[in-house]
Amino acid sequence: MSETHAATVSYVRDTMLPPAEAPVTERGAIKWLRENLFSGWLNTLLTLIALYIIFVAVRAVMPWLMNSVWNAASLGECRQIVAAAGEGATGACWAVIRDRWHQYMFGFYPRELYWRPVLAFGLLFVALAPVLYYGNRRAELTLTATAGAFVIAVLFALGTPFGIVAAVTVLMAALLALAWAAPKRLVWVTVFYAPVCYLLLWGGSVWAPVTAIAGFALLAAVFVALQPRVGVPVALGAGLVAAVLWWAYPDATVARALSSILPIGLTAVPSTQFGGFLLAITIGVTAISFSLPLGILLALGRQSNMLIVKALSVGFIEFIRGVPLITLLFTASLLLQYFLPPGTNFDIILRVIILVTFFAAAYLAEVIRGGLAALPRGQYEAADSLGLDYWQAQRLVILPQALKISIPGIVSTFIGLFKDTTLVSFVGLMDPLRGVTQIVRADINWKGIYWEPYIFVGAIFFLMCYGMSRYSMYLERKLRTDHR
Amino acid sequence: MSDAVIDRKIDRSHMQVSNEVAIQIEKMNKWYGQFHVLRDIDLTVYRGERIVICGPSGSGKSTLIRCINALEEHQKGRIVVDGTVLSSDLKNIDKIRSEVGMVFQHFNLFPHLTILENCTLAPIWVRKIPRKEAEETAMHFLRKVKIPEQAHKYPGQLSGGQQQRVAIARSLCMRPRIMLFDEPTSALDPEMIKEVLDTMIELAEEGMTMLVVTHEMGFAQAVANRVIFMDQGQIVEQNEPKEFFSNPKSERTKLFLSQILGH
Ligand SMILES: Nc1ncnc2c1ncn2[C@@H]1O[C@H](COP(=O)(O)OP(=O)(O)OP(=O)(O)O)[C@@H](O)[C@H]1O
Ligand SMILES: [Mg+2]
Repeated sequence: MSETHAATVSYVRDTMLPPAEAPVTERGAIKWLRENLFSGWLNTLLTLIALYIIFVAVRAVMPWLMNSVWNAASLGECRQIVAAAGEGATGACWAVIRDRWHQYMFGFYPRELYWRPVLAFGLLFVALAPVLYYGNRRAELTLTATAGAFVIAVLFALGTPFGIVAAVTVLMAALLALAWAAPKRLVWVTVFYAPVCYLLLWGGSVWAPVTAIAGFALLAAVFVALQPRVGVPVALGAGLVAAVLWWAYPDATVARALSSILPIGLTAVPSTQFGGFLLAITIGVTAISFSLPLGILLALGRQSNMLIVKALSVGFIEFIRGVPLITLLFTASLLLQYFLPPGTNFDIILRVIILVTFFAAAYLAEVIRGGLAALPRGQYEAADSLGLDYWQAQRLVILPQALKISIPGIVSTFIGLFKDTTLVSFVGLMDPLRGVTQIVRADINWKGIYWEPYIFVGAIFFLMCYGMSRYSMYLERKLRTDHR
Repeated sequence: MSDAVIDRKIDRSHMQVSNEVAIQIEKMNKWYGQFHVLRDIDLTVYRGERIVICGPSGSGKSTLIRCINALEEHQKGRIVVDGTVLSSDLKNIDKIRSEVGMVFQHFNLFPHLTILENCTLAPIWVRKIPRKEAEETAMHFLRKVKIPEQAHKYPGQLSGGQQQRVAIARSLCMRPRIMLFDEPTSALDPEMIKEVLDTMIELAEEGMTMLVVTHEMGFAQAVANRVIFMDQGQIVEQNEPKEFFSNPKSERTKLFLSQILGH
């Protein structure tokens, strides 16, 4: 072979020379450093300044963290332990979190009932699975399994009675089996999550949520009956009126009658005992799930040709955006009392949820309007020319694209909303940041504690918000179909 | 205009103009604010006609055909499509739109849906056809425009010519009786123009009633039975293609044809 080769070709190298290694300055870490940190005198200077700042910060914080105290009954004891470490030593006193974590998580929710919010929290992710990971069966299963394992582990750690843990385990296993065998059915968990969650959190008679659902059923029935004749907006309006009338008048009476006939339910927990992240998540999740549809309707209303719809939408959006959330929270009782029959005692958490929802919806409407405006006119025209009616065109063609464009803005609004739930401390609710911390500081043992609760609460908020942000990036990647 | 050559033999056996009226436009006027875009348009289109509309930029060609499926509203006069009078009644508009297919210069495919979903969307939601049947119809028309193998791709993954053929297939899936084309080849590279024109010729051969705004004069000569010249919102001249090109009557038509044909 090499002979013929040599015979036919005068000079061809038979073996390749081994490649020479690149110079040291062009390799691995050194190359990276040179290109990214020291690529010029200005960059070098900035790198050095940044290194110095990091050094100073670490030097200040490290000893404080290194001397952390986890076991102490009071701030004074903490200080004694830290002082023993040496002259002028500083140290974090995490013992306060260890002592009061339950208040940061649950407020004054009765201890023996902690399993209820924990279960509601776990079920939240089961209910979210089909929404968040639509069509991705593996992710749905993973999320369901993780939520189940989490709930069971937490219930064990909380020392929940065995019977309850066993029942919850069976329930979670059943849901996992459902997610495995019939992932489409999991949507029913989503549909019925709200009343189940309400029952778990607030307790009371099962009939209250059942009759409340009857209101939604009424809405749906009126809508379905009227929609072919009078169109979507009027049918929806009529349905809403019917539902609100139902909730305002016969609802409570019917629920009371039913519970006197068949009294089943859970121990009731009043709203005043809610606090900490239980409160923040309750308000946040409810407001997020209702503000998105409301925001979409407002954005569409703002673009509508119908003068009244447009004026109402613009008025609502501008009013809500123009007023600080705290003002809205303060005036919540006054404002909402106008729309309700006199004498209704309107739950404070519900009141706050409604206002936070309105607040977020107004912002979302503007974010979504941006997405709608970014769509070329041709998309509307193509949908029209195919004979799709307004709602079909919006639902099938316009909104999927507009919402996709708006994902970063929508998620920003959600994150903002979630963090704004801490403002409810201004209306006397126990938010995790200020509300609970105040209560903890009121205890003589923890008077004067400052950084630790804020860092703890801040870290948990960060985790949740970062999670939302990562999810939105996943969603953007998943929905990218434009391959340009 | 491009020089796409129509080199194929055209089968005229089904290209028959009946005396049934498909579209009737009477004294139609349209304004954009103060601007009088369309002036006293009278046009009768019979079933089976292939009409090419040409004219200088801004003469109102697009506006005219967009009025026919109510993408634009006209202010005066009457438009009757397939026996349905076009009024502001949404029911009539939706009915007409589902009978009239439209193909745009910039394709306007739905980028978030696959090719197949683009084609089945309207049949499923407007015509309430079961998904499976709609998909069969869609594949039938995708085969017809010669891209069945792209059915599961997204529009962004296709070339311009392929996208425009999908747009034609998407309209055909609604089984329209009339097709409107608004400069379907102007956004395409020359080598893609031919594939789209071929698709349109096949459609004409099957006897589809077509209104085509285009500057492809080769297409007009080969397929059209009538060419309409518009200028400043008016129909200036109309004639069968041979006469129209060899013996234009008005000065404006002559000028336009000399600009577009003679380089
Ligand atoms: N939405 C609108 N508002 C105001 N004027 C418009 C609008 N759309 C079109 N026009 C004007 O109406 C006239 C006719 O427009 P049209 O798009 O029908 O022209 P065309 O014959 O299709 O031209 P082209 O060959 O450039 O597509 C033009 O002068 C244009 O500027
Ligand atoms: Mg045009």
